[in-house]
Amino acid sequence: MTHATQTLDQMRPPTLAEPGSGVYSNKLGMWIFLASDVMFFTALIGSYIILRFGMTDAWAQPGAVLNVPLTGFNTFLLICSSVSMVKAYAAIADGKKYFLRKVPGKRLQDGGLKFWLLVTIICGAGFVGVQLIEYFKLVHEGFTPAGYREGSLLAEHAAANGLKYGAGVAGMYGSTFFTMTGFHGFHVTCGVISMLYLYFTKVLPEKYSASDYRGIEVIGLYWHFVDLVWIILFTIVYLI
Amino acid sequence: MTTPTAQTGHVRPNYMLIWLWLFIMTIGEVLLAFELPVSRNLKLILLLILAIWKAMLVAMFFMHLKFERWRLRLIFIVPIPLAIILVTTVIMEKLR
Repeated sequence: MTHATQTLDQMRPPTLAEPGSGVYSNKLGMWIFLASDVMFFTALIGSYIILRFGMTDAWAQPGAVLNVPLTGFNTFLLICSSVSMVKAYAAIADGKKYFLRKVPGKRLQDGGLKFWLLVTIICGAGFVGVQLIEYFKLVHEGFTPAGYREGSLLAEHAAANGLKYGAGVAGMYGSTFFTMTGFHGFHVTCGVISMLYLYFTKVLPEKYSASDYRGIEVIGLYWHFVDLVWIILFTIVYLI
Repeated sequence: MTTPTAQTGHVRPNYMLIWLWLFIMTIGEVLLAFELPVSRNLKLILLLILAIWKAMLVAMFFMHLKFERWRLRLIFIVPIPLAIILVTTVIMEKLR
């Protein structure tokens, strides 16, 4: 006689679904918002592609103006925050409300919701901080939303080597760069503020449980979407 | 003889393995963009493939789209072809 294996559905929804849609209303609302955000970022990215497609030779070459190693580190930070967010989700789905707990037979302590969400907040805030540093450095060097500032080192470089620095369309380059990365940074900032709010009002007082953790799943969806958008932006703006 | 399964379902994916993939692909992207001697067009295609692959990993496993119902997946998928049509038509208009 053989027995079929019994497995628990680890991806079960955090609460009962609304009839009709098959998901609870908060989650459906977030997905509809994300669909609208897809269109918003598509409009930005699409405009950027069209502008670049029309002036390929005049655009600054990758790495000439923008600091790719710094942004590469920032991308790593955001990917780490995404995995810590999903670990927070998994932790509360398993009912782990705690910060860290010693597990017998293991060297590393087991992280709970409080730990993983805090890691996510720190990584997200770190991303915004590094982006601000990048902006300050770029503006200091003469790269502004209006293009290369007159008299700056970048303007001199652009005058000497227009092909590399995209002197002809510096204004367009600056405005598209700051608009796209700025709007993304705004999304990250909103995410960090929302997570901080959840952390102090719901997570620390232990209001989430294994039977209801809707807030964590919904903010997680938003956060992963922000990560997803950055993956596309990093390639299109910094590497191509 | 088999006894019926009381409850079957999805098993959680290995999130750390996906994180490792994302990390390796990000390093690969940077190396491809600045170090590898390949033509500009090939570089462009490979970078876009890597970016879409990474985005798919995030959507499928971190956002759990792989485990969602199709009606929910459609909400996220429908704007993408619309976006592609938008960009393509404007580029075609510019080329005329």
